[in-house]
Amino acid sequence: MSDTPEKTPATLPGSIADDRADDRADDVVLRVEDLCVDFRTENGAARAVSNASLTVRRGQTVAIVGESGSGKTTLAMAVLGLLASNGSVAEGHIWFKDEDLGRVSTQRMAHLRGTELGLVPQDPMTNLNPIMRIGQQIDEGLIDNGLRSRRDARTRTVELLDEVGLPDAGRRASQYPHEFSGGMRQRALIAMGLSARPALLVADEPTSALDVTVQRGILDQLAGLTEDLGTAVLLITHDLGLAAERADTVVVMYQGEIVEQGPARRVLTAPQHDYTKRLMAAAPSLASRRIEIARERGLDDVLDDALLAPGEDGAADGTAAADFLVSVKDVSKVFSIRGSGLLSRSRDFTAVDGVSLDIPRGSTVAVVGESGSGKSTLARMILDIEKPTTGTITFDGVLVGAGGHRDQIAYRRRVQPVFQDPYSSLDPLYSVFRAIEEPLRAHNYGDAAARRARVEELAEQVALSKGQLRRFPAELSGGQRQRVAIARALALSPELVVCDEAVSALDVVVQAQILQLLAGLQEELGLTYLFITHDLAVVRQIADRVLVMQEGRVVEEGTVDEVFDSPATDYTRALLDAIPGKDLELAL
Amino acid sequence: MIRLIVQRLLLLIPLLLGLSVLLFAWVRALPGGPATALLGERATPEAIARINTLYGFDQPLYIQYFKYLTRLLQGDFGVSTRTARPVLDEFITRFPATIELTVVALIIAIGIGIPLGYVAARRAGSIIDHSSVVVSLIGVTVPVFFLAFILKYVFAVELGWFPSTGRQDPTINATHPTNFYVLDGILTGEWDAAWDALMHLVLPGIALGTIPLAIVARMTRAAVSEVQNADYVRTARAKGIKPARLRGDHILKNSMLPVLTTIGLQVGLLLSGAVLTETVFAFAGIGSFLAEAVFNADYPVMQGFVLLIAVVYALVNLFVDVSYGLIDPRLRRQQ
Repeated sequence: MSDTPEKTPATLPGSIADDRADDRADDVVLRVEDLCVDFRTENGAARAVSNASLTVRRGQTVAIVGESGSGKTTLAMAVLGLLASNGSVAEGHIWFKDEDLGRVSTQRMAHLRGTELGLVPQDPMTNLNPIMRIGQQIDEGLIDNGLRSRRDARTRTVELLDEVGLPDAGRRASQYPHEFSGGMRQRALIAMGLSARPALLVADEPTSALDVTVQRGILDQLAGLTEDLGTAVLLITHDLGLAAERADTVVVMYQGEIVEQGPARRVLTAPQHDYTKRLMAAAPSLASRRIEIARERGLDDVLDDALLAPGEDGAADGTAAADFLVSVKDVSKVFSIRGSGLLSRSRDFTAVDGVSLDIPRGSTVAVVGESGSGKSTLARMILDIEKPTTGTITFDGVLVGAGGHRDQIAYRRRVQPVFQDPYSSLDPLYSVFRAIEEPLRAHNYGDAAARRARVEELAEQVALSKGQLRRFPAELSGGQRQRVAIARALALSPELVVCDEAVSALDVVVQAQILQLLAGLQEELGLTYLFITHDLAVVRQIADRVLVMQEGRVVEEGTVDEVFDSPATDYTRALLDAIPGKDLELAL
Repeated sequence: MIRLIVQRLLLLIPLLLGLSVLLFAWVRALPGGPATALLGERATPEAIARINTLYGFDQPLYIQYFKYLTRLLQGDFGVSTRTARPVLDEFITRFPATIELTVVALIIAIGIGIPLGYVAARRAGSIIDHSSVVVSLIGVTVPVFFLAFILKYVFAVELGWFPSTGRQDPTINATHPTNFYVLDGILTGEWDAAWDALMHLVLPGIALGTIPLAIVARMTRAAVSEVQNADYVRTARAKGIKPARLRGDHILKNSMLPVLTTIGLQVGLLLSGAVLTETVFAFAGIGSFLAEAVFNADYPVMQGFVLLIAVVYALVNLFVDVSYGLIDPRLRRQQ
């Protein structure tokens, strides 16, 4: 451990025999050999990982890339001995230094986890004990593993929190998780993962739940710390751009097997395996242009002319209303937040502040911004779920929210949402058929036979098979669920579809498929889309026009090319810079 | 926290006012009116007229209600027609017995229910898990009075391990400064009296504690099953902390919120007086007294006890709500 680790773009040849030959014995931190992991299920053992081999050296970052269900997290959890209770190492070895982690006792494994192995888990919102102070959650690991005495632990904890860039760490240590933002929680989790100065850190999608700008800061911090400490990192991610940017070696997993591995640059520039190629093709990045099919509509010229209007007091122009399906004029939304003391007054919080935007019929407008920028509140007002405090929203020339209950129901037919999380936006007890049929029933669409015919038509449009109509959401993949959500939204032939982070929860390959689907449906049905997203790469693929929101205001707007090629504000530039994988494009 | 307590205490006012109106209206709506209720159906018209004048039943209803309310506020809940003692005195004398019984029942329910539920969840599918399901089902389905009779017959009558009725052996000449018999015995140093009172609590305590035990065990099992698979528990394991800390601070403590709600509701029910159990064991708590009041048409006792039990129930639930904040910091801020 004496020599400084040089960042060797460690070659990982296919055969282990080769690998052994050029090992410097003390340099290899982790060697996984022919690992197979099985899960006991009602239908017998299911193999989640088969014959996986990889090596991680001191100071090196190895990224495992793959879509969900590819076995990448299972592999990482097997290394940490944290497989779910029905999972076990069936074959192969996990050599950590000179111990086989698949064979050591439970106590020994617990001790190793507390001292030599670290974990930075995926979702900062669910990975901290909600009823325990942050500091205490770091203290306990230090104390139980004999790294610090009960008395000294807190001092060390504050140092660790300070080290990961948590401001005012001393005070923060005595707060609870709910008092932390997502980014702060993730910093705390990194401090926790590195608290014992482990030789190997497993980072499982450490930032996929965070905004891009926050993501970048946290990844930089993590990279800086692990480099200083010489920690080997096993990075689990579905994001190729991130892997390219952060790892020395990339390991691609598909359906439980490692299909390709090698130096990051090599794998990404000259992928060998078909799956890697597909992954590369699907990856949204700054280089990817709008989906061709959308371009082919030939509407662009017309749109470009029409779009000159907003911003240049188009409000006075009576004809403008006909061109725009939706017209938002100077809309603000103020929420009052209840005070905390016995006598304290409520405070006002302005979520959306004087926003104007126009959505031309048949086009796609994207609103981007980080969480808290007010973009979702704006979408909710356009959906007529929230009422604007001031300002007006007109839909097809008619004021939204002005009519009675009947008008509201009629409006709901014409405007439909697709929400972010396909796992929670579908009723788990409804079959796919019933989920798609529900809006038809609610709006008294035809008889049972007519509804069945319509549901089957919709299923075909979103490429769901008839057999899948009988299934339940739990039996579907994330992409399939989102297809169901889209079919449901389209059931009533709406004119406007509001997609609130509709593809953010999906893997890149699936994401690309869903975006293709949306673009195709737009072509076919003449739909208008409002896309709410934090993902700029997605915007470039699908949108005609983009608005950038920050703290409730629109800070920039223009066509996609304008905004992406010459961003006018620092905020937009920061958002663009924060997209992982810029290097990847340079390499391509 | 203080805000919550103040708010909840203020909410008690409309609650109790509403209840007092209901109770007032109930007695006035009895067939033949309140005088008949007091004197019985064979009362002479003269006697009824006398009572009506004496108690003001001939006055307009709003004046009667106002007087009733004024007396309530002064702590005057009326006089028992059966014992001729003030209702409040009767309540205060008997309530400690019910509290003692409730405490014993709770100790049994929590002391067995939580560990049972925890082990069942941690070893899901094991024999312990399956038997806990059976025990819970029996606990919930067997009627209390049946269980009480069986316990009394087997352990008191046949085996003679425990006394069958009452709160204390009448041959023991004990002093009762607080009316909590076990506590009294300890305070006065009359150990035999304390022990005897405790023995009298065992069988009714088991009978009364069985249903809460079953419910607490089921709730604990469900909560622990969920929490043990939570991400933060896995993260805690990744830190290599000691198993005892993992079980206590991370799994059990996080599981306790729903269980606490259940316990709170059960405490309220137990304190409302276990009519059946107290009757079977001739245990002089508020439950058996209320039952006798019903049999004897003792309306002042029924009215007063219902109101007092409502106050107790509300206070217990307030206490439970406050204790959420002690466990869960997120609720502390909302509170």
